[in-house]
Amino acid sequence: MNDNTGWWARLRRTGIFWPLVALSLVFLFNLIFSPQFFRLEIKDGHLFGSLVDVLNRGSPLMLVAIGMTAVIATAGVDLSVGAVIAISAATVTVLIGSVTGESQTPMWIAILAALGASLLAGAWNGLLVSRARIQPMVATLVLMVAGRGIAQLITNGQIITIYYEPFFFIGGGYLLGLPFPVFIVAGVFAFAWFMTRRTAIGLFIESVGTNASSSFHSGINEKNIKLVIYAFCGLCAGFAGLIISSNLKSADANNAGLQIELDGILAVVIGGTLMSGGRFSLAGSILGALLVQSVSTTIYSLGVPPEVVQVVKAVVVLTVVLLYSDVVKNGLDKLSQRQGVPS
Amino acid sequence: MQTNELLVMQGIHKTFPGVHALAAVDFTLRAGEIHALMGENGAGKSTLIKVLTGVEHHDAGHILLNGSEINAKSPHHAQSLGISTVYQEVNLCTNLSVAENILLGREPRRAGSIDWGAMNARARELLTWLDVDVDVRRSVGEYPVAVQQMVAISRALDIDAKVLILDEPTSSLTTLETEKLFAVLRRLKEQGIGIIFITHFLNQVYAVADRITVLRNGKLVGTYDAKALPRYQLVELMIGRELEELEDLGGLKKHFEPAPGQAPVLEAKNLGQVGTLEPLNIKLYAGEVLGMAGLLGSGRTETANLLFGVDDADSGTLAVGGKVEPNPGPLASIQRGLGYCPEDRKADGVVGALTVRENIVLALQASRGWFNYLDPRKQTEIANKMIQMLQISTPGPEQLMKNLSGGNQQKVILARWLATEPDVLILDEPTRGIDVGTKAEIQKLVLSLANEGKGCIFISSELDEVLRTSHRVMIMRDRKLVAELQGEDMNEQSIMEAIAGTGVSTEDTAAAAPQHAVAAGSAR
Amino acid sequence: MKRSWSIDRKFWPLLITVSLFVLLYIYGIIQYRGFSSPQVFFNLLVDNAFLMITSIGMTFVILSGGIDLSVGAVIAFTGVLSAWLLNHFGLSPAIVIPLMLLMGVVFGATMGAIIEFFKVQPFIVTLAGMFFARGMSFVISTQAQTISDPFYRTIGLYRIHLWGKSFISANVVIVAIVLIAAIYLAHFTRFGRTVYAIGGNEQSALLMGLPVRRTKILIYTLNGFCSTLAGVVFSIYMLSGHGLYVSGLELDAIASVVIGGTQLTGGVGYVIGTVFGVLIQGLIQTIIMFQGTLSSWWTKIAVGALTLIFIGVQSIIYSSKRKRMASAQRVATATTTAPAAPATAGD
Repeated sequence: MNDNTGWWARLRRTGIFWPLVALSLVFLFNLIFSPQFFRLEIKDGHLFGSLVDVLNRGSPLMLVAIGMTAVIATAGVDLSVGAVIAISAATVTVLIGSVTGESQTPMWIAILAALGASLLAGAWNGLLVSRARIQPMVATLVLMVAGRGIAQLITNGQIITIYYEPFFFIGGGYLLGLPFPVFIVAGVFAFAWFMTRRTAIGLFIESVGTNASSSFHSGINEKNIKLVIYAFCGLCAGFAGLIISSNLKSADANNAGLQIELDGILAVVIGGTLMSGGRFSLAGSILGALLVQSVSTTIYSLGVPPEVVQVVKAVVVLTVVLLYSDVVKNGLDKLSQRQGVPS
Repeated sequence: MQTNELLVMQGIHKTFPGVHALAAVDFTLRAGEIHALMGENGAGKSTLIKVLTGVEHHDAGHILLNGSEINAKSPHHAQSLGISTVYQEVNLCTNLSVAENILLGREPRRAGSIDWGAMNARARELLTWLDVDVDVRRSVGEYPVAVQQMVAISRALDIDAKVLILDEPTSSLTTLETEKLFAVLRRLKEQGIGIIFITHFLNQVYAVADRITVLRNGKLVGTYDAKALPRYQLVELMIGRELEELEDLGGLKKHFEPAPGQAPVLEAKNLGQVGTLEPLNIKLYAGEVLGMAGLLGSGRTETANLLFGVDDADSGTLAVGGKVEPNPGPLASIQRGLGYCPEDRKADGVVGALTVRENIVLALQASRGWFNYLDPRKQTEIANKMIQMLQISTPGPEQLMKNLSGGNQQKVILARWLATEPDVLILDEPTRGIDVGTKAEIQKLVLSLANEGKGCIFISSELDEVLRTSHRVMIMRDRKLVAELQGEDMNEQSIMEAIAGTGVSTEDTAAAAPQHAVAAGSAR
Repeated sequence: MKRSWSIDRKFWPLLITVSLFVLLYIYGIIQYRGFSSPQVFFNLLVDNAFLMITSIGMTFVILSGGIDLSVGAVIAFTGVLSAWLLNHFGLSPAIVIPLMLLMGVVFGATMGAIIEFFKVQPFIVTLAGMFFARGMSFVISTQAQTISDPFYRTIGLYRIHLWGKSFISANVVIVAIVLIAAIYLAHFTRFGRTVYAIGGNEQSALLMGLPVRRTKILIYTLNGFCSTLAGVVFSIYMLSGHGLYVSGLELDAIASVVIGGTQLTGGVGYVIGTVFGVLIQGLIQTIIMFQGTLSSWWTKIAVGALTLIFIGVQSIIYSSKRKRMASAQRVATATTTAPAAPATAGD
């Protein structure tokens, strides 16, 4: 293959090459061991099958990954996404209420309120990080724990079950044969992509994440960038909360979005965005999220108990982070140099 | 040849990628002498010290301590060999007590646990010898830098130092504290310790040093007896002349004189910040290059930071194009038509992970705001134009900034500011660490920008460069504007005298400086 | 130079913490009947013994400028694993408890080594550790398991009577031992002083020739030990194990350390402060309980808010200290330069 300028070479240079390879490996594994993974059926005009399931189940994670990508690109992190999901879910369900067939509040108001609360939660993180200059990890850890307390307060400590049909469309409905959450993800992705690639915000994020002092000297308002990004990350978690609560037809302040932080970070890191900030790839993170989700689905379909999945994920996160660490990278560079000398 | 040579460094070479930091440098330290190491930024002083203390490793050459060859692997190793360093930013743990900072790692212990009584007593003993009276149980951070320095020296003495290196120890001491430090140094000298003393305060060198070694551009200029080297000559040795190495500027430098009634494009009145810069007045006209000379730490960079709004001034006003704005940040400054190449290119200029194109449009985009996005095609166009105009050597605008050489990175940062089409460009050491050819290119560029009608402030520690490019020179010393020279008064000797603080009386020039127009009149 | 009349600024946060505890306690006594009973205080110790132990371990981590998010998960895992070993294999507590502690040491040392050798941020390594430990708990059992071992039950239900009706549990004795050992470790050993030095200025610590790398790995090892010890104490206290127990405990531990006056960036703080940090949290919980109408979830929110307030207070104390130093230096330089000028002019 001497085709250095062809699509293959170009693809290899982009950040999404490795996530694509990994995703293909998972698919290949399924092709061999559980071919029913690829079976697609049309029932009542809707598409069904494991692949659709991955898209559907993976939607909250993809949403979180989009927000997390932007945060990590500014050299930060957001550990509170799971708690924000719980807040969003709690808000929307409390406003809709547990009455069969009707909503206590007009649904669109309930949804806007949930998204508004999530945006506020994210902005709070952003304020702590950008103005109070608290390390992102600690600032968001506070909301990670206190946020679940807030969600409990909203639901008054109850698991609220809702019976309002129209709301179930958000998580369980179908549009053009595809699950509706996929369209939410597509919409948020398109918005994020447009904002970061068709305005200057993406450039500023990458600049601030790479060298905050140089960015400041060049006239970039680093504080406002961070504030907006954390708020956006909260909003993404808010959408995820809507999907989750609609799917479960309830809000559980303790368990909604539990431990999605690590999956989100994992998706972003697999997608090629460095934990140290700078360059980011939204598409890579989406692929990373799909990868995480298909691994989970695959493991489930093999009959492995879900508890093990978490352990496997923890090991995978650590491995991926170590592979991307400078120490390993430098070591690999040296190895390849040594091998490169004779040839 | 003296027989009491304590430390001999012979033919030390050190190269960093693209830079020959030290070339065949020899250095000898005698037991019981204070040896000043002099040179401007980038001369190689700090590299030499780093090689000696094991922070860096030399590529070639020998280091002999008491006649036997040594090769320090780490600062800790150097310490155990008897070479201790007291750094400018005192390397202590300010959260720990005075006693701990002296004895950490060598604490007296009794039955495995730290014997605080013995430790405090030992610390007190050491400090008493240095004539310092402090409560050794308090945190070091509670005490002023002068005390911290003494603590660091005590630590070195307790490790039984033979060579003591003091890196800019006096930069934040009062006169009294400095005197006290010098008294201590003289006593250590009597004990037979060899002391390497790095400073940029000339009068202190003459107050305490026995011999002086001057480095310039990584090469040894020479070692001299302090008594036999006049101050003026020392400055000349440090700043040097490189004229023969540079090609002619090709008549780009034209005579400049503000037109009658021409308003300055930038005017600072009493601009200052307590402790970092005494209030000063600056007038800069369109089409003029205003040089700023002075040694390191004289207040050059501080002035630039105030002008561009990186730091907030606490006195005075700054008008750009006649408009005054209180405490503008960098963004407001860009929008007022200023551009600023900071001194520390790597920390404050380069955004390594971004492409050349992105680095070039960064400031322009920042001034346009978040949503007024430059079309990527337009960005590439600007980048290509700049790459061509400044002859930036890069495979293309999509090359990553971190893969460029220092000189080309500097050009990209210049391009970043040219892209904003500024009225005033502030350049702080734009040619530092750059090869001679690129230096000349940048100097030419500055002059042609002035010819296009832009105002430039050109800060450099290389006197020769300032003279070649500037129409007028401000001279800084001790965080103060001490003189302003132009026309026939502006020559190497007069500037050096002003930097050294000899010749012209300080009071006169300080008083004359604000009335630039009057001074200009009398000069003709 | 001696200013013995003033209190070293490093003690300020500790003083604030202790005063806050006293004020809160007085408030409780005034406001609620029965609050003045000594048992209210002793219950703070009994109910928070495990939190104290893990927070003491966390103090060392934070003093060195690091963080460990895995502690809660490790406590839960210890509970589940020991319940499983005791119930299903009938192993003796004499084997199970040392085994648990050994596991903590290995777990902590592994995380510390990864942090140090691969130069990965501590939070990501310990976050993975947290998910690993939680996951492992559920792998062993998804249900809560009751511990029926007689030794655990005896110790767990044993009351050490003090005076009157007040009593403490055996766990409190363990806390006391850990506390004394930790204070000794922090102030009378090279390890402890090196921890402070690393937190104060890691670069300086390296230049002083201190064993920075070894100490950092040891810190995470120590914390691993403390969290499994806390896990043992917790399982004695609960007499059961479940993977869902003590979720969010990492913030409680970090909050205790920060409220206890330890600077989040490391270098300044005291083990005893952490104890008061735990007591304040326990007191808030008790007050909310006595109040009766407030949801217990307010505890989490109050602790989160208090943590942020203390981070804020620290940064104010810290930055005013820096400003003071800076202005002192400015005055100093101003006086240096002024006389220097005529001296040079006369040369």
